[in-house]
Amino acid sequence: MKCRSCRAPAVIDVYRHNAAFCHPCFLRHCREQVERAIKSFDMIHPGERVLVAVSGGKDSLALWDILLQAEMSADGLYVGLGIGDYSSESRRYARAFAELRGAKLVEIDLPTDFGYDIPTGSSAAKRAPCSACGLSKRHLFNQAALDGGYDVLATGHNLDDEAAVLFGNVLRWDLPYLGRQFPVLPSGDGFARKVKPLVRLSERETAAYCVLQGIDYIVEECPMSAGNRHLRYKEALNDIEARSPGSKAAFYFGFLERLAPLVTPAAEEEREGLHPCPRCGSPTVSEVCAFCKLAARAGGHS
Amino acid sequence: MKVLLRNPRRELELRGPMVVSVLLQRLDVNRESVLVIVDGTLVTSDASVGDGSTVEVRAVISGGAS
Ligand code: SF4
Ligand SMILES: [Zn+2]
Ligand SMILES: [Zn+2]
Repeated sequence: MKCRSCRAPAVIDVYRHNAAFCHPCFLRHCREQVERAIKSFDMIHPGERVLVAVSGGKDSLALWDILLQAEMSADGLYVGLGIGDYSSESRRYARAFAELRGAKLVEIDLPTDFGYDIPTGSSAAKRAPCSACGLSKRHLFNQAALDGGYDVLATGHNLDDEAAVLFGNVLRWDLPYLGRQFPVLPSGDGFARKVKPLVRLSERETAAYCVLQGIDYIVEECPMSAGNRHLRYKEALNDIEARSPGSKAAFYFGFLERLAPLVTPAAEEEREGLHPCPRCGSPTVSEVCAFCKLAARAGGHS
Repeated sequence: MKVLLRNPRRELELRGPMVVSVLLQRLDVNRESVLVIVDGTLVTSDASVGDGSTVEVRAVISGGAS
């Protein structure tokens, strides 16, 4: 196979684009896709300070690298979740990358700073691990972005992540969730601006980016993820994708173009009922915010 | 050829040479969900893997619903 751009021998085929790329052209392709996402969704403006949520995995490290390559001011944020070896390993990858690039990594540790970890905390609070984890991360990412005075918080969600979440939201016709599923959420009312610059890249592409760019990332999966719903949705979508390449992108971008404008009011309505949590100050619709409730039930503090 | 699979970690011995797309079919692996790395180099689905090579079939699908 030959590179679509320069006819040199290709190292990766991207079935969705019916194209193959050589090493340098593929790296450029990834950077262009991110640039295009940032521009078309108005995610990050010149001169803004970005905080990148970094897990030590392929997506967030690829994202951090691409933003740094574009000469943006981008610091990393690592949250230790207390998930045994997985957490200590993933922290090692995040730190090693930061050190290699001379970039700043902000660190938060759930067990040390908040007195609970995901495995024991989630079962004490009777929540699925990924749900307790997602809730904790969302809260801590937002708080760190606000506290650090960053203009924007960037996460490594890729096309597969977004298509799988969309699939789940559609199966349940969950309108408020659908209304919030946009690759950029504006700041205000105690929320930092949140952006997902990798939505134009599949996870196969972000992994290939890391391999070709020489970025070491944690290949092992989080032990809590085994058999979760999100993974099953991804597999189902990949079965469809293998037979009709481009389906995932058509599903997700078709939603953004044609359905999202109709459902965003549902999410905006929710924002109107927000007030600051009496314990931590985060915006919430209930009396005490979900993070403070979880921390208390998990035996920790906020 | 030696074939390394992850999650869970496994090692298989197969007779080469074999084209990558055929190898993935044999292993019943969806091409969307993996990268194929032959002797440390990323390859396309039409590449042929020689008998003495080591092939890593690296899964790229991560879990986590947040
Ligand atoms: S798989 Fe679940 S528990 Fe593990 S890091 Fe991701 S969201 Fe958290
Ligand atoms: Zn090229
Ligand atoms: Zn709170």
